[in-house]
Amino acid sequence: MAYFILKRLFQSIFVMLAVAFLAFSLFRFVGDPVSQMTGVETSVQDQEQLREELGLNDPFVVQFYRFTTDILKGDFGYSYRTRQPVNEMIASRIPATIELGITALMISLIVGIPAGVYTALRTRGFATQTILLTTLVGVSIPTFVIGIVLIFLFGVTLGWMPTFGRGGTVDLGGWTTSFLTLEGWSYLILPAITLGVYQLTLTMRLVRAEMMEVMRSDYIRFATARGIPQRKLHYRHALGNTMIPVITIIGLQFGGVIAFSIVTESVFQWPGMGLLFLESVRFVDIPVMGVYLVVIAFFFVLVNLVVDILYLMIDPRLRVKEAI
Amino acid sequence: MLTVENLTVQFPGRFGTFTAIEDVSLTIERGEIHGLVGESGAGKSTIGAAIIGLLQPPGFVSNGSIHLGDTDLLILGDDEAHQTRGKRISMIFQDPQTSLNPLMTIEDQLIETIQTHEDISTEDARSRAISLLEETGIENASQRIKAYPHQFSGGMRQRVVIALALCTNPELIIADEPTTALDVAVQSQVLDLIRGLANTRGIGFLLITHDIGVIAQTCQNVTVLRGGQVMEHGPTQQVLNAPEHPYTQSLMAAVPRLDVKLDRFLVPDTEEGVETAPIGRSAEDAERWLRSGDEMLGQGLSMEGVTVKFTGARDSLFRKPEVFVALDDVSMTIRPGTVMGLVGESGSGKSTMAKVLTGLVQPTAGTLKLNDSTLPLARQRGRKDPSRRVIQMVFQDPYSSLNSRHRIGDILAEPLWLYGLENDRAKRRDLAAAMLDLVGLSADAINRYPHQFSGGQRQRIAVARSLLARPRVLICDEPTSALDVSIQAQVLNLLKDLQARFSLTILFISHNLAVVRQMSDDITVLKSGKVVEAGPSEAFFNDPQADYSQELLSLTPNYVGQKGVASQTLVTEV
Repeated sequence: MAYFILKRLFQSIFVMLAVAFLAFSLFRFVGDPVSQMTGVETSVQDQEQLREELGLNDPFVVQFYRFTTDILKGDFGYSYRTRQPVNEMIASRIPATIELGITALMISLIVGIPAGVYTALRTRGFATQTILLTTLVGVSIPTFVIGIVLIFLFGVTLGWMPTFGRGGTVDLGGWTTSFLTLEGWSYLILPAITLGVYQLTLTMRLVRAEMMEVMRSDYIRFATARGIPQRKLHYRHALGNTMIPVITIIGLQFGGVIAFSIVTESVFQWPGMGLLFLESVRFVDIPVMGVYLVVIAFFFVLVNLVVDILYLMIDPRLRVKEAI
Repeated sequence: MLTVENLTVQFPGRFGTFTAIEDVSLTIERGEIHGLVGESGAGKSTIGAAIIGLLQPPGFVSNGSIHLGDTDLLILGDDEAHQTRGKRISMIFQDPQTSLNPLMTIEDQLIETIQTHEDISTEDARSRAISLLEETGIENASQRIKAYPHQFSGGMRQRVVIALALCTNPELIIADEPTTALDVAVQSQVLDLIRGLANTRGIGFLLITHDIGVIAQTCQNVTVLRGGQVMEHGPTQQVLNAPEHPYTQSLMAAVPRLDVKLDRFLVPDTEEGVETAPIGRSAEDAERWLRSGDEMLGQGLSMEGVTVKFTGARDSLFRKPEVFVALDDVSMTIRPGTVMGLVGESGSGKSTMAKVLTGLVQPTAGTLKLNDSTLPLARQRGRKDPSRRVIQMVFQDPYSSLNSRHRIGDILAEPLWLYGLENDRAKRRDLAAAMLDLVGLSADAINRYPHQFSGGQRQRIAVARSLLARPRVLICDEPTSALDVSIQAQVLNLLKDLQARFSLTILFISHNLAVVRQMSDDITVLKSGKVVEAGPSEAFFNDPQADYSQELLSLTPNYVGQKGVASQTLVTEV
């Protein structure tokens, strides 16, 4: 098992290197940062001096080496736009995005798994058909429309929730959290629902399909023939086996939620990494964009590692190989 | 104890109601093992499902009654019926690989089942579970009970399944093909166990199987089913050795015999029609075509000192991955124009041998010879190498070996253009039609799709496809093990005819010794990748030399000559 995790970590190094390379290529090939940073009146000499100071005249390999070693040291460089260190900018935005992502994930799991189980066990009921139909509608509407509808309904018409931004946060030594105050939650809940709807539908449909498959399997038929009570049959025997393939998809999707919360963040003006990324794109702030890529890739690698470990916990076939 | 009377089960569907079981009656006494035999689609499993109350919807019992002791099983409510399951009736499924929950230990599954039906402490349940596992023949049960299903071998798993079925002291156990997925040695152990349980505990068994040999070995009484109806029932000896109903007679006749080699299989009359390859006008074309070509008919094939090693998964950074030796210094010679039977348990390396010969697996050592010239090994054998065409293969499962999205005509034409044998499209079609005629199918099959044919017909198509490559060597890997006995007899007859007519050299792989005896001139016995015995087939069956061969032969169920009844009353040609 330790070998398995080590192997995964080893593979992750290559993934991170590849992403760092891509991110760095952005720096190098997407355009001349100096012309973005300076105005028309800057002299050619000054421009050349700036280029030299930023190390842009060094060979590609040297620059890439400097880029990766700087990142490993925690030095992400400076934003061209705000002149702030990039790591400070990212650090101030990460909590917002992660809390949003986790809340969206929780919503999708807490609603999606039971709904999936229910619709799998009662394939023909009225409630099942209703759930399937509404989620189908939910998944067909683009995320930003859902966001706007929610804002209109709960923010504007009913006036229950704030419509934009992040408030009521508590600072826990560098990590600002919305989880501790009611006000924080009121800012968080609408964007989280918006972000979670698609995940929810996917989780539900996946759980439903897998569960129906498992319910037809021989070991469930055998357990039924032994008279095991329905409840145990469903939740002890079937659900565990259902979750094995579901976990992969949920894990991959969670990475996606973090990475692509851009749309939701911009609709709700949520001060997370997605919004930062959008602002950076607008100003061709290449260092921030590059680091954003690396950080997101790191999330994906991390989530996948967690998924692998979860696999090991659930499935004894991976954990214990030897026959006793 | 169990009385089934006039049972009728129907499946209402969009196109009318399908009657799966019609007017079936049977009784099982305490300690009796009652065999239920029939070919696929006969409704055997449906009867089992009806008794335990687990008919797949929309199936329902439309008529008749099922009584267990004094209880009428059909009038029980859902909850009562569910409590009867496990408590009074249990079931054993066919495939021990899939019938245990892979995520729970054996212990958890046993204790859960025991506690479901009895108010008993976990400790007591555990000790009962351990003694049950010991009773079913699992050594060191107190430790092994902590294991997960995947840590047991197939035969051991089936013992665990039986222990699970037993743990609530049921009166009746329905065993649905309990040994079909097992090797003969394990099969005979499991059957011994079932017989023992019937004797000592007085449990009644309903043993559902298609294997007449298993019935002969285990059952006191037998019921023969066909198309959901009872053809014949009575004491096993009487039904098997002196069948009265014509269907039973023909069924018994189609079972390959282990004790004597017959020229042809006796073929019962079934809907499948054509029995022999007709020599019609177009079959003659196919025949002429098969005989043409540069290669001579009848080519020998041999392998010498072949070793195949597979590397297992690496599970530690510091240990080398384990190497599994699939074939260990194997030599074999197939004489030109003869059939070599290859037998052995699963995992003995039979299929690996086929793959080495067809150039799909690279051996680490050894040489191959086709006639007198060296046959290149897998990696050296190019795609255009002529031997790829000369050696053809017929696979086990005709349901997955034909591309379901292609018409039969396209499937059959493929070898013709692939090997550049016939470049004209119209001529390819003619040849395909001619070949269909040769294997006993009508030529209009050419425009249809594989799903429109039965298993036996599909296997004929698979044979036709391999013949269209104009091969001199055929490798048949369990070609009939997915088929019913009567269909098996037809396909094997076809293979025999073709082999004799075109002096094909055939490697015939099977785990069924009786089939091998009927088919082969020579025989090779494999065990764990080593040749245990090799020689002429008849000599082998009359006087096997190696201990392993003797054991294999003695364990193979054989219905003729069982219990001293001489092999008589075998019907002549039906």
